[in-house]
Amino acid sequence: MVTAEHVSERRLSIPNNPITGVLLAIPAYFAGLWLGTLFGLNDDANTGIILGYTFATVAFLIGVGFLNYPLERLFGWRVSPISDPEENRGIGRFFRLSLDHKVIGMQYLVTILIMLLFGGIGAMLIRSSLLSPDSSITPPGQYIMLIGLHSVMMIFITSAVIVGPFGNYLVPLMIGARRMAFPRLEALSFWLVPPAAVILAAAAFWGGFPTGWTGYPPLSEQAGQGMDSYIVGFALIGLALIVSGINMLATIITLRAPGMTWTRLPIFVWGIFTTSILGMLAAPVLAVALVQLAMDRTVQTSFFLSANGGSNYLWQNLFWFFGHPEVYIFILPAFGIIMEIVPHFARKPLWGYRTGVVGLFGVALLSWFVWQHHLFVSGIAPVLRPFYMLSTELISIPTGIIFLVTLGTLWRARVWFTVPMLFCMGFLFNFLIGGISGVYLSDVPTDVTLHGSYFSMAHFHYTIMGGEIFALMAACYYWLPKMTGKMLSATIGRVHFWWMFIAFNSTFFPLFIAGILNMPRRVSSYDPALQGLNTWVTISAYFLFGSMILFAGNVIYSLFFSARPALANPWHARSLEWQLPTPVPAYNFERVPMIVGGPYDYGVPNARPVADLGGLVGVTGGG
Amino acid sequence: MGMFRLEGQDRVHAGRLAVIWVILSVIGIVAALQIHYPPYDNSVQGADQSKTMALMTVLAVPIFIGVVLMLVYSAIFFRRRGLELVDGPPMLGNTPVQVAWIGISAVVVLFLAVVGITTLASSSAAQAVGAAGRAIGQSGETGSSTAGGQGPELQVQVVAQQWYFTYRYADYGGVETTHLYLPLNRPVELHVTSLDIIHSFWAYQLGVKADANPGVDNVFHVTPDKLGGFQVRCAELCGIWHGHMADSDGRVVSQSDFDAWIAQQQKDEADIQKALPSYAPYYFPEPLTKGS
Repeated sequence: MVTAEHVSERRLSIPNNPITGVLLAIPAYFAGLWLGTLFGLNDDANTGIILGYTFATVAFLIGVGFLNYPLERLFGWRVSPISDPEENRGIGRFFRLSLDHKVIGMQYLVTILIMLLFGGIGAMLIRSSLLSPDSSITPPGQYIMLIGLHSVMMIFITSAVIVGPFGNYLVPLMIGARRMAFPRLEALSFWLVPPAAVILAAAAFWGGFPTGWTGYPPLSEQAGQGMDSYIVGFALIGLALIVSGINMLATIITLRAPGMTWTRLPIFVWGIFTTSILGMLAAPVLAVALVQLAMDRTVQTSFFLSANGGSNYLWQNLFWFFGHPEVYIFILPAFGIIMEIVPHFARKPLWGYRTGVVGLFGVALLSWFVWQHHLFVSGIAPVLRPFYMLSTELISIPTGIIFLVTLGTLWRARVWFTVPMLFCMGFLFNFLIGGISGVYLSDVPTDVTLHGSYFSMAHFHYTIMGGEIFALMAACYYWLPKMTGKMLSATIGRVHFWWMFIAFNSTFFPLFIAGILNMPRRVSSYDPALQGLNTWVTISAYFLFGSMILFAGNVIYSLFFSARPALANPWHARSLEWQLPTPVPAYNFERVPMIVGGPYDYGVPNARPVADLGGLVGVTGGG
Repeated sequence: MGMFRLEGQDRVHAGRLAVIWVILSVIGIVAALQIHYPPYDNSVQGADQSKTMALMTVLAVPIFIGVVLMLVYSAIFFRRRGLELVDGPPMLGNTPVQVAWIGISAVVVLFLAVVGITTLASSSAAQAVGAAGRAIGQSGETGSSTAGGQGPELQVQVVAQQWYFTYRYADYGGVETTHLYLPLNRPVELHVTSLDIIHSFWAYQLGVKADANPGVDNVFHVTPDKLGGFQVRCAELCGIWHGHMADSDGRVVSQSDFDAWIAQQQKDEADIQKALPSYAPYYFPEPLTKGS
């Protein structure tokens, strides 16, 4: 042993896991709180709380192990073996910082499904209090807190629920890569989510925040300390969106296997690609707005206070300039999932592949030009309303293309109605209603009545819950066999689909009517004439929640009790990820695959198998 | 591979679908036209919105039916028979169909946009005439109420605060009332503002929704043309009692009833009137700085 080697054996000697992270985060929070109050600002401790949350997040990330690599490189210590998945095959790897994209995908999936449970419980509490037309079940203060927590929690979830689990897990497999371009950024995008969720939940200790997810000042400046959770939590999610967007784009652009041309790229990857562009470019705008809001609340700036020369329109513009692309961050990966799954079960090539890609890009591009339709009645720039009306309605054209492509793929197909396929059909039905109702909201004369009513609330639940969450379910039933090595029960799956589909429509369709009949959003008391309608909706919502419990039950039953091992390619699909063995080997591909065929060439005479995988054995047949 | 061409089987399916689609669409459109759409026709603007909503539904019905029909038809006729996995015909796309789909959706969308823009333009233009030559906040001849049904626009300020609305009648010395009364058939220019945070003034039956921003004078127009009551609600989340920020005592009354009512209000509120700030486009709290 020479001295130089002895020195290089040194390393940061704390154990790296989330428990360490939490143990570091708690003192860091109080340090931030103390530092913030040192400034002596008359700000109700907001400075301290914001600093506390920020310090706690950084300390948590250090505890999880994000500082090791920079320190090791800086001081020439031995680089810890964290980047080597061969040494991390135990169950413990899911609870530690891992740089394996498959582990990160599973971490994302479990975390987000747990968050979904809490968001769903929030929804049930909201619906329960609406059983009564006055505020007798839930006092208005608690009701408004529930609205805020449910909405922001769900926004966190839906921002990441497809890109996080399925994007991270599948993109490298689909493009023939062994990892993501920036594994540490990928891990960071995941490890920012639990602190964001915890910080958001911490708002409950401060009485929540009264603004819903839109955070409009001056209400958000008037609000109590719960608002600081909104600011820091949302900023962390924004950071995760930026980081993951850059990573996905770099991966898809640079790490495609030889022969994986742009026109052979699975359409799901295109969905992730367009989403990543939006996430990378939109989230910084949100970050700017949040910093301004934080400064208004702490150091007495007045970006959003008109009495002191600011403008609350500034927030509305910044927020929706982020917020409208944000809703396409939710739905573009869902479009990708639907267009990806339908050809495999229709046993036909994706009809109009290039047009579909153009549709995804059309939606992504137009999403930047429509944000002021959220401000039609706000009084800002009435002259611009016709432009935003037109640009918003134009989005129906690329969205229509998604329908064209899927319906064209179904045409004269031999559809194999598996559970994922059922969820795809459910998606198309729900999203059709969601899309058509959106046109009502895009038109100024009708928007005057419908704006801010339950109509718009029903509209976005149709697109997000009926759209994105149905796509999530399709993805779970379709890809979990590859990710977990177990088939989900198809029998329970069918019951789950029909139960969820009927309960969903029974819950949200009446809310269109409630909106048309004069029920504003986010109210704890409403016109007693609408009580019957609301009771119906609440009971349906309980059934909807029940269907999600059934899904959770199906996952637990199928993974741990039924133990039906999944074949490597149970769906006989052509695409690359299904040609790999299950479980997927540590580095995915033994050697870099050579892509020689398209992913959807079903029934194409003389179609070549999708890839030459070298030593690996898999089903490569295409008919 | 080859281009997909309209073969016999395609023609059978397409013909069958077209017939079902036309029949169902006609039924759907007729049904859609039976509905009397809110916000009904209690005002000129409300009637416009009602009509636009009907038009949208008429256009939406065939689109909805078309797509759902395709889904149901595929589920019935394009499903796999038996247990064997069979590949379908390898159709990669069909340029004329794609061009037609995009073209038709573009035409529908542009038509809707043109209708929406003209409706919007006509309802604001009709009102702009009445508003001409009057500066915001200028109260005109105080107490003059002899103009009859078709006088110049009545200027009413809606003042929102947590958690109620009040109204100031600029033409009547800026008298402030707790309920909104409007004369029949007289164009009204609503000036919506807020004293604290963002609210939204929603007079459902009149077809008016206008955000109330602090420091902003948001102008909306309405011409009520039916006698009766209307509801006022806040439509923008404004804190704990947002759901209770409502008043169901708005009224559209005849000009003579309105004159009598406003005279009574002026008399009743005379004392309070002295303490009010003079009528202005918007109001700021004193002192202006925050946190002091």
